[in-house]
Amino acid sequence: MTRQIVTNLFRFIILVLLQIFVFNQFQLMGFINPYVYILFILLLPIETPKWLLLLLGFVLGYVIDYFSHSIGINIFSTVLVAYLRPVFIRYVIPKLEPGPDVKISIKQIGFNSFLIYTGILVFIHHFTLFFLEIFRFSYFFNTLIHAILSSVFTIILILISQYLFYSRKK
Amino acid sequence: MRYLFAFLRKNNIFFLFLFLEIIAIVLMTKNRTFSGSVILNSTSQFSGSLNKSYSGIIDYFDLKKQNEFLVQENAYLKNSIIQFNNTQNTIIPPDTIYQYIVAKVISNSIHKADNYLMLDKGKRHGIKVDMPIISDQGIVGSVVAVSENFCSVMSVLHKDSKISAKIKKNNQLANILWDNMDYQRGTLADIPSHIDLRVGDTIITSGHSLIYPEGIMIGVAENYNTRTESSLNSAVIKFSTDFNSLKYVYAVQNSRLEEMLLLKKEVEND
Repeated sequence: MTRQIVTNLFRFIILVLLQIFVFNQFQLMGFINPYVYILFILLLPIETPKWLLLLLGFVLGYVIDYFSHSIGINIFSTVLVAYLRPVFIRYVIPKLEPGPDVKISIKQIGFNSFLIYTGILVFIHHFTLFFLEIFRFSYFFNTLIHAILSSVFTIILILISQYLFYSRKK
Repeated sequence: MRYLFAFLRKNNIFFLFLFLEIIAIVLMTKNRTFSGSVILNSTSQFSGSLNKSYSGIIDYFDLKKQNEFLVQENAYLKNSIIQFNNTQNTIIPPDTIYQYIVAKVISNSIHKADNYLMLDKGKRHGIKVDMPIISDQGIVGSVVAVSENFCSVMSVLHKDSKISAKIKKNNQLANILWDNMDYQRGTLADIPSHIDLRVGDTIITSGHSLIYPEGIMIGVAENYNTRTESSLNSAVIKFSTDFNSLKYVYAVQNSRLEEMLLLKKEVEND
C-alpha cells in the first residue's frame, strides 16, 4: 500500500515536470501538442476509490493549468477522464480482477486491451481540452485533426514508456 | 427529504464529478473575462521563478542565434544614428516620450487559441498593465497582469487581440486580428474597398489605440482578396515577428500616457 502511494506520487511529480518543461514546449510541426500527464490517471491502481480518482484528477488538472496559463480547461478534461475511467476498465478489461499485484500495464492486460483503453481515454481528454481551449465551433475540423494527431503522439509516447518500464523490470 | 438524501448518496460519485466540473467551468469563464486575477495567479512568484530557472538552463543552447539577432539590431541602430545625424539640423528635436525596458521571455506559447508570454520584469522594474511589448522584429503583445518580479503578456496571437494598424505607404487605417491557428500569419480586417493594397505592402501600428506607439512594424500583406459585395475587405498578413523564437523583448513606457488618457477621458465626459 505504502509502496503504491510512493510510486504514484513519484509518477505524478515526474509527469507534471515532464509536461511543463518538455511537452508544453514541444510543438512538432506546429500542430502536435502531446499531453502525456494524463497517463497518471490512466495508471492509478484499479482499486482506487472513485471519489479519490476524481479528486486526483482535479489536483492534477489544477497543477497543469497553473503552469500553462490556462485555468480550468485541464481540470475539466482530466476530471472527465477520471470519471470515465472505471467505465472503460469494466468494458475493456473485464477479466481483470482487482488485487494487490494487479497493475494496468501492457504486460498484465495485453497490448490490444491497453491500446484500446489508453487510446480512447487519451483521445477523449485531448478532444475536450482542445475544444475548450479554442471555445468555438468554426474550427471543428481543424481542432479534430489537432486532437487526433496529438492523441496519436501521446499514445505512442505512452507505449514507449510502457516498454521502457517493462524492460527495466525484467 | 429522506429520498433526496438516499438519491444523493446513491449518486454521490456523479455529484462529486458534477461539482468538480462546475468549479472548472467557473474558473474558465473567469479567465475569459480577463479579470486579471486568475492570470496573475499564474504570474505568481513560484511558477515565475521555476520557469525562470528553466529558461536559464535552456538559454545556453540558443546563444549563437541570439548573438546574431543582437548584431543585426546593432547594425540597424547604427544605421539609424547615421541617418539621424544627417537630418538632425532640419527636424524638430526627437521624440523622447518613449522609454524601453528590456525583458527576457521566460515562457511563451504560440499554438494555443489564446497565447501568453511571461517576462522576467514586473512592478519593481516599472512594468504596468496595458504596456505594449515589442521586439526588434516588430510587435509582440501587451501586458495583462503584473506581479512584483514578473508580468504576463497577451500575445498578438490571441483571439481577443485587436490592434489598430495602418498601411505604411498611404496611412490608411485597418485592424489586425488573429483568428487562424497559424502563428506566422494574421488578418488585416476592415480595409475599405477603395484602398489600394498590394501584396508585399508593409503594415505598421497606427498609434491610435494609445497602447502601441506609432510606426512599429507588424508585417507585410501576403494575400489580398477583394470581394465586390462587401465594402470592407480583409487581407492575410505575415507577421514580421517570429513568435517562435522570441527571447528578448522591450516594454515601451510612454511617459505621457497618463496625460493622454486624462485628456481623452475629459473629452468623453463632456
